[in-house]
Amino acid sequence: MGNPSDGAPQQGGTVATAGQAGGRFEDPGIPPHRPRLADTDPKAAKRAERQVTALFVISVIGTVVFLISYFAIDLGNDSSIDTIRTQNILLGLSTAFAMLGIGTGIVHWAKALMPDHEVSEARHAVRTEEDRAAAVRIVDDIIEETGIKRRPLIRNTLIGALALAPLPALAVFGDLGPNANDKLRHTMWAPNAQTGKKVRLTRDPDGTPIRASDVTIGSAFHVIPEGLNDLKEGKLNEKAKAVVLLMRLNPEDLNISPGRESWSYNGIVAYSKICTHVGCPVALYEQQTHHLLCPCHQSTFDLTHECQVIFGPASRPLPQLPIEVDSDGYLVATSDFHEPVGPSYWEREYS
Amino acid sequence: MKALSQKRRHPLAVVALLVMGLLLTGVLYSVASTANQAKADSGFTASDVSSGQKLFVANCATCHGMNGQGSASGPSLVGVGAAAADFQVSTGRMPMQMSGPQAQRKPAQFNADQTRQLAAFVASLGAGPTLPDESMLDGKGDATHGGELFRVNCAMCHNAAAAGGALTRGKFAPSLDGVPAQNIYEAMVTGPQNMPVFSDANISPEGKRDIITFLQTIQKQGSPGGADLGSLGPVSEGLFIWVAGLGVIIAFTIWLTSRSS
Amino acid sequence: MSNASPTYQPPTKVGRIADFVDQRTGLSSVTREFGRKIFPDHWSFMFGEVALYCFIILLLSGTFLTFFFNPSMAETTYSGAYVPLRGMDMSVAYQSSLHISFEVRGGLFMRQLHHWAALLFVAAMSVHMLRVFFTGAFRKPREINWVIGGVLLILGMAEGFTGYSLPDDLLSGNGLRIIDGVIKSIPVIGTWISFFLFGGEFPGNAIIGRLYVLHILLIPAMILGLVALHLIFVVVHKHTQYPGPGRNDRNVVGYPLGPVYAAKAGGFFFIVFGVLAAIAAGFTINPIWNYGPYDPSPVSAGTQPDWYIGWVDGALRLMPGVLGAVGGYRQHFEFVVFGQQTLTLNVLLPALVPAGIVFTVLFIYPWIERWITKDEREHHVLDRPRNAPTRTAIGMAGFTFYCVMWAAASSDLIATHFHVALNDVTYWLRALFFVGPIIAFVVTKRIALGLQRKDREIALHGRETGRIVRLPHGEFIEVHAPLDAYKRYRLISFDSPEVLPAQPNAKGVVDRRERRRAKFSQWFFEDRVAPVTPAELEAAHAHGHHEAIESAPTSGH
Repeated sequence: MGNPSDGAPQQGGTVATAGQAGGRFEDPGIPPHRPRLADTDPKAAKRAERQVTALFVISVIGTVVFLISYFAIDLGNDSSIDTIRTQNILLGLSTAFAMLGIGTGIVHWAKALMPDHEVSEARHAVRTEEDRAAAVRIVDDIIEETGIKRRPLIRNTLIGALALAPLPALAVFGDLGPNANDKLRHTMWAPNAQTGKKVRLTRDPDGTPIRASDVTIGSAFHVIPEGLNDLKEGKLNEKAKAVVLLMRLNPEDLNISPGRESWSYNGIVAYSKICTHVGCPVALYEQQTHHLLCPCHQSTFDLTHECQVIFGPASRPLPQLPIEVDSDGYLVATSDFHEPVGPSYWEREYS
Repeated sequence: MKALSQKRRHPLAVVALLVMGLLLTGVLYSVASTANQAKADSGFTASDVSSGQKLFVANCATCHGMNGQGSASGPSLVGVGAAAADFQVSTGRMPMQMSGPQAQRKPAQFNADQTRQLAAFVASLGAGPTLPDESMLDGKGDATHGGELFRVNCAMCHNAAAAGGALTRGKFAPSLDGVPAQNIYEAMVTGPQNMPVFSDANISPEGKRDIITFLQTIQKQGSPGGADLGSLGPVSEGLFIWVAGLGVIIAFTIWLTSRSS
Repeated sequence: MSNASPTYQPPTKVGRIADFVDQRTGLSSVTREFGRKIFPDHWSFMFGEVALYCFIILLLSGTFLTFFFNPSMAETTYSGAYVPLRGMDMSVAYQSSLHISFEVRGGLFMRQLHHWAALLFVAAMSVHMLRVFFTGAFRKPREINWVIGGVLLILGMAEGFTGYSLPDDLLSGNGLRIIDGVIKSIPVIGTWISFFLFGGEFPGNAIIGRLYVLHILLIPAMILGLVALHLIFVVVHKHTQYPGPGRNDRNVVGYPLGPVYAAKAGGFFFIVFGVLAAIAAGFTINPIWNYGPYDPSPVSAGTQPDWYIGWVDGALRLMPGVLGAVGGYRQHFEFVVFGQQTLTLNVLLPALVPAGIVFTVLFIYPWIERWITKDEREHHVLDRPRNAPTRTAIGMAGFTFYCVMWAAASSDLIATHFHVALNDVTYWLRALFFVGPIIAFVVTKRIALGLQRKDREIALHGRETGRIVRLPHGEFIEVHAPLDAYKRYRLISFDSPEVLPAQPNAKGVVDRRERRRAKFSQWFFEDRVAPVTPAELEAAHAHGHHEAIESAPTSGH
């Protein structure tokens, strides 16, 4: 234990310390101890004791209520939301009382009844000069005994071996994932390679095909490619690339750039729903302003200008899906997207 | 029952009872079905239309034109249908209080009869979505399918728990909490303001019924975990832990380190 | 063994057990070292403990959850208690999360306790770091422990994010998709890392299992190890203390570990547990049943990460992708470089640069200040934030920078709840991103200096009593009550470093680096309010003409 009134001036350093001109105040030391009510009045001490006991009893009651509500209420496949909520509240509140009873009880005990004299303890240097000197000597001896300085061949081959050794550790992670090939470029919208059959646009999530006449002005259809729901494997992977938003505008509202004249049908246009920023579904269509908004980072795309970015962090327009009508009047994709959908990546421009 | 059948000994009594029963059923059915028809096909009476026209001229024509043909300050109402008129008027959005990014929901300005008359007049301007059939609003559809449709078609604007969300430049998708089923149905078929139209070719009437069922289910059951903090997701949760959670903890630390009196 | 001293015979049963253990472990030396170790007491010292206790609660509740959670992405059809999802196709991970919530007794409580504790864990760590920064507790010899704390904060964020993703619901799935998009923006290796992480294309069927291993094994083990190290350093250094009478850099004043401090700290664990339990009982967190199973097509309005990732998400929102109107001049922030490679700076910059700045400055700050002040002393007495105005201002600037991005992550909710346009919120926050820290720096520094002047005033002339007295010649004065020596010492016992001009090095040359350091020193310390000296106090009392009244008895009115 140190001296409670150790008020020696601080060790000097290179820092210029102010206030030296007029001298420094003497440290008056730790203020004198003020006795608490419980220190002087036995009645107050007794009262504090009763309060602590009551808090511990509350904790006991909390534990009992927890056990009762755990065993009295059973949950199963047909339990109602009310039952679940009731049990959650009962279990939670009883735990809260059980824990707060113990916690506040102990703290109250410590505050009111245990000694509250502040004590001073001396600090010691984190390291002593003696230890440092001894350690340096030991390390020097160790290095000397290994002879690593005298035998550079050993040293250099060891460094070489250690540098190479982690490589297998990297290599064993090679099977984590296949390398990115051209998967990101292709979606289910590409016409069948053998038959040339074009893929119909169908409703998400039911998978029913859409007639051009179903799409009235102002409506927005959430679209998946035909056959997506029948996929046994990789359904979500395909869906993550293929989801499309289908909308119909007045044809005169659309500003179509050269080469895209045949991509829409009577003002019906289809755009990838995957944001070109970081890939959230851009699903918010405002039918009066013709803006598409991404709810994740608020990128806004102007449908009348082929989904150019007009606000927010995206930089590229949404890719357009070329569509036409087949002989039965259903909407089909003329071809796959002409560029990769979704967020940009390094190899995006590779063809 | 036994006493009754003992008295009715005549063999023809059974036949007579049957005939009477059939007749009664037939009469009741025909009454009921005409009643249904009257509701189903915008069977507004001529007097509905004419009183609706008076209300329209007095309250709506300034912006929408004397015959609902529209003007610079309000769109044409030809062909928007009774559903659109009922939605806008019964939710208080029309007549508009002031122009802004979008019309806001407020207490309705017209009573149910007046709303019906206005809807009748607007319906008479041109064919459009009619008022929904009662059977589509009963909340007895498939909540799971409704939930799936809701998440695909509605949740991006209205939030997965229908708590509402932001649109561009001051517009927003409102919370659907407490919105009557009829208004929800009408909003889907008419696409008010910036909301896209979800025609019957897009989401079938049964699908809309499922969506309504889903909304009614989640509103009725509440959150199993206790107070839902507005169903706004991680933002309200984070705000809560920083303000309430940390606040209570700090209060405890101050108590804990203070000197006992 | 024959021993000169008589063999110790413990008088009680407990004593015999303790003696048995002690003879085999030597624990009495530990008790001797720690039993009466002194810990200073202040409410702001408790946040580290809050974080530690949250971590313990997380381990307990998390262990319970692992017994029921199944991290498989295989498809299944739901048939559990939650009616609006019955019949939905979903992953086993999501289904088992629903099972925990609705059919396991106490499962929902454990889930909510776990998630609330996670939010409080990171919040408590953050507040703890702010306390350490603003009081200068990171200074020698605690620089390494400061860095460990920073690493713990990052690990806490990683642990939180991996946990947030596990239920495989719509919200977390979209969060993962954002992560995938950010990873893909990394030049050269981005696409490869994305495929590596997800086991192929997004979303694949591997990611939940992999995140699960990180969440329950790797990251908690790292946190546990670093927490142990952190605490060992606390013991080695002993705790810092606020300035005050009897406190200096060579002692530590407070309560002994046994019994007072141990009782308070131990009791506080139960209090934190109780508070979290009460929150978990009454307040829903992460209602995964609302969001539905992950599906790449839908998204919910208000899709946000948990609060501690919010600032990075906010940075993503603030960055404009294109500047300029459609049809006019447009500056895209996505570039095609070397002819074929895509560099998507609109994602890369906001994802890396702000977080990079915040963490780099955070980690190296102790060394920056050490370089500027050339201060080699050990510091165990804390600075009150006002007594280090420039440091406090730097801290507030950084905090403001963080908060602007944090606010940006909820721009859509700010827009709907305060009835302003989403776009305007973003424009304002973009401006504040650059201007906010500067304003915060200037304002904070002025406030700190003002508070120092107020302290000085009080130390010199005493506390204002609010009592107005009319002097015989008609002048009104307010009576100031003089401070006692203890209260005065609290106000005047601080270091106020002055500008340290450039000094020649060993060769007697003032090099360029040293001149630069001197400039920083100027910037750091040119505005200063020196602590009161005894001479000044003497002078103040000497020409204070109403001193007689100050010390006069207050009777007679």
